[in-house]
Amino acid sequence: MRVLRINKKEVKPAEEKRVDLKLIEPIIKKYKNKKGNLIPLLQGTQNKFGYIPTEAMLLISKETGLKVSDMYGVVTFYAQFRLNPVGKNIVKMCHGTACHVQNVKAVTEDVQNFLSLKDGETSKDGMFTLETVACLGCCSLAPVMMIGDESYGKLNGKKAVEVIKEIKRKETLAAKAKDISNN
Amino acid sequence: MSQTKIIVGLGSCGLAAGAGKVYDELLRIREADNLDFELKKTSCIGMCFKEPLVEIIDESGNYLYGEVDVKRADEIIEKHIVNFTPVKEYLVKSDVVETKFGEYFDGQVKIALRNCGCMDPENIDEYESRGGYEAVKKIANEKIGVHDVIKSILDSGLRGRGGGGFPTGLKWKFANNNRSKEKYIICNADEGDPGAFMDRSVLEGDPHSVLEGMIIGAYAIGASDGVIYCRAEYPLAIKRLNIAIGQAHERGYLGKDILGIEGFDFDLYIKEGAGAFVCGEETALIASVEGERGMPRKRPPFPAVSGLWKKPTNINNVETYANIPWIITNGAAAYAKYGTEKSKGTKVFALTGKIKNGGLVEVPMGITIKDIIYKLGGGIIDDKKFKAVQLGGPSGGCIPEYLSHTIVDYDSVNATGAIMGSGGMVVMDETTCMVDVARFFLEFTCKESCGKCTFCRVGTKRMLEILTRITEGEGKEGDIEKLEELAYQIKDASLCGLGQTAPNPVLTTIKYFRDEYEAHIRDKKCPAVYCKKLLTYEIVSDKCTGCMVCKRGCPTQAITGEKKQVHFIHQDKCIQCGDCYSKCKFDSIVVF
Repeated sequence: MRVLRINKKEVKPAEEKRVDLKLIEPIIKKYKNKKGNLIPLLQGTQNKFGYIPTEAMLLISKETGLKVSDMYGVVTFYAQFRLNPVGKNIVKMCHGTACHVQNVKAVTEDVQNFLSLKDGETSKDGMFTLETVACLGCCSLAPVMMIGDESYGKLNGKKAVEVIKEIKRKETLAAKAKDISNN
Repeated sequence: MSQTKIIVGLGSCGLAAGAGKVYDELLRIREADNLDFELKKTSCIGMCFKEPLVEIIDESGNYLYGEVDVKRADEIIEKHIVNFTPVKEYLVKSDVVETKFGEYFDGQVKIALRNCGCMDPENIDEYESRGGYEAVKKIANEKIGVHDVIKSILDSGLRGRGGGGFPTGLKWKFANNNRSKEKYIICNADEGDPGAFMDRSVLEGDPHSVLEGMIIGAYAIGASDGVIYCRAEYPLAIKRLNIAIGQAHERGYLGKDILGIEGFDFDLYIKEGAGAFVCGEETALIASVEGERGMPRKRPPFPAVSGLWKKPTNINNVETYANIPWIITNGAAAYAKYGTEKSKGTKVFALTGKIKNGGLVEVPMGITIKDIIYKLGGGIIDDKKFKAVQLGGPSGGCIPEYLSHTIVDYDSVNATGAIMGSGGMVVMDETTCMVDVARFFLEFTCKESCGKCTFCRVGTKRMLEILTRITEGEGKEGDIEKLEELAYQIKDASLCGLGQTAPNPVLTTIKYFRDEYEAHIRDKKCPAVYCKKLLTYEIVSDKCTGCMVCKRGCPTQAITGEKKQVHFIHQDKCIQCGDCYSKCKFDSIVVF
C-alpha cells in the first residue's frame, strides 16, 4: 500500500533550517487562489529543494490556506514526492516488466554494491540517490536506467557501473576546479 | 537548398541508445568537411531494436540505417554522401534496396503512428504538410455538425485504446447529452503499465495529432477546457507537447472561435502526474487533477455526468485521440475496413522482452499473436523456445504458446483470461519463470494499491507473501487453492479496475502453467532455472581444469579441491549466489 512510503526516519531540524524559503515565494504567488493548485505547488517546491521540507509545507499552508494534513496525504501518496533531501544525481533503475525479464535485478545489485546504497538511500557525500522505478518507457532497450534526464539502455552490471564511475569522475573534477578557483 | 536530407531519430529510446551523439557528429562533419545536406530531427519510428536510426533521403530514394554509432555515421557519410554508394550492410529499410526487415514493415498499417518517425515533431508546418489539422478544417469548412462528428466516430467502431475498450463515440455521446455549460475533456497520458510505451512514442513523435484529436473531441462534447495528464517520467513528451500547444495557439487551432466556428472556444494545459499507477483509472485521475490523493470514486455517477470539478468530463487515452483526426479526414468506413466485427481499426503494440525486433508495431485488429511475434517481431532472441506472451500489464495475463493462434481483438483476448490492455506485449521464453512473473506483477499492484478497498489492500499483500514463499522454496500444499480463493475475493470486492484485475496475472499463470507452480511447491525446483533459492550448482568433472577461480570467489567456501584437480561444490554450504557459474571459463559448472 502506498502509505508504506512514509519514511520513519525523522529529518534533523538542523538540516531543515538551511532551507531558503524565499525560493518558493514566486510559485506560491503563481498558484495562490487557483483550483487544484496543491500538486503543482508541491511539485514546484520539490523542483527547488529536491524534496519537500516541512517548513515549506507550513509556509504554503499559511499563505494559501491549504491544510498541512492534506499536503502530507498527497506527498506520501505519490511516488514523485520526497520528504528527505536527495543526492545531486538520482539514479533510477527501471524495474518494468521488460527490464525484469531481461534481469535488471542483477544490474541493480551491481550498482547497489558499487555505491553501497540500498533502494531509496543517498550516499554520504550527497552525490547519488538510488531509486527503483516502475517503467521508464524504453522497454526495447531493457535493462534501462535513468540519471538526471538521460537514459542509458542495454545495460549489464559492468556497463551501468562504468556510467556511474564516469559521472563520479566528472563531479570530482568539477569540485576540484571549483576549490581552486575559490582559493 | 540541398536535395539530400539526413534525418536522425531523437525519441527517448534513440537518445538512450546514443542518437544525440550521432546528431552532434553529423553536425560536426557537415561543418568540418563543408558537406551539402540538410540535417533534421524526427522521433521514434518504432524500430527501437535498431536504434539509433539515421535516414538519408537523396535523389535516388530513401535509405534507413540502423544501429548507427558515431563510427558508423562517419563511414556512412564517407560512402553514401561523399561517394554516392549506400552502405548495404547497415540498411534496415529502403525503397531502392531490398532488406531483410521487409516483413516487419509490410505487416503494419500505420494510422495512430502515421507521422511518428516521418516528421519533426517540433515543427507544425511539417504536421500540416502531412495532412495535419485538415480534420479540424474540414469540420469548419464543411460545417459538419456535432452529431455528425459523433456519428462518424461511432460508425468507425473505435474503442478506447487505453485498455477498457469502451466505444469512444458512445462516450462522447453521453458527455454531449449533458446540458451543462461547463464541460471538460481530458487526455489520459499517464501510461503506467510497466512494459508499454506506445503513448510516449505518440506524444514525442506526433504531439499535434493528439491535440487535434482533443480539439475535435472538445467540439463534439462541447468542452471549453482540456487537460493532458502526462507522466512526469516523460520529460521529452512534456517538452514537445508544450511546444505543440504554443504553435497551435499561434495558428488559431486553440483559443477563441477556433477556425471561425462561432462560440467554439477551447484551450488546454498539461498536468504533470506525480507517479501513481492507480491514476490511470479515470476517477482517480480526476481526483489527482483536483489536487487530491489519487483514489478512485464510486461510479455511477460516471465522469460523463459528474467528473472534474463535478462537471461532465470526457476522458480518452493518447492513442484514441491520435486516431480521431484520421477518421474524420478519411471517413469512418475507411477505418472500419480494418479489424474484426467487434474490434475495428488498428492497435499499436509495444513488443518487448525476449523478442528479436523489439519496438512499436501498429497492426490491424484480427492478426494472430503468432504472426506478430514471428513475422513482425522476427522470433525469439537466440531462437529459444517461445513460452508465453504477457498482454495488458499488471491487469492482464499470460497467453501460452499453444494459444498463440488467438487473434488480437478485445473479445478473443478476454476469452483467454488476459486483456488487451493498453498494448504492452512482453514476450517470454523458456528461461522465464511464470511463478516469478506472477510474483513480479503482484509486487507492483500491491505497491500501487491506493488502500481504499480492504480486499485490494490486504488481499494483494497476502497473495504476494504466498507467491514469494513459493519462489523461495517454502511453498506448501494448498497454496495454489488459497491463491485462487483470494484472487476471486479481490476481484469481487474491489471498487476500481486496479483491484478487479490485479489477480489476473496469477490466475492466468495458474490456469496455463499449473505444473510450474507444482514443481516449485512439491519438488522445490524451478523448471525455468530462474528462482535463485531453488537452483543447484554442480561441477562437471570432465570439463573442470582445477583452475581454482571458482574456489577463490566462493563467499561461503562451499567449493573444495586441489589445484589442477576436479573441484566439488558442497550443497549444504552453497547459497546459490551463482558467482562460480559466471566466473568459470570452461563451462564446467551446470545449474539445474
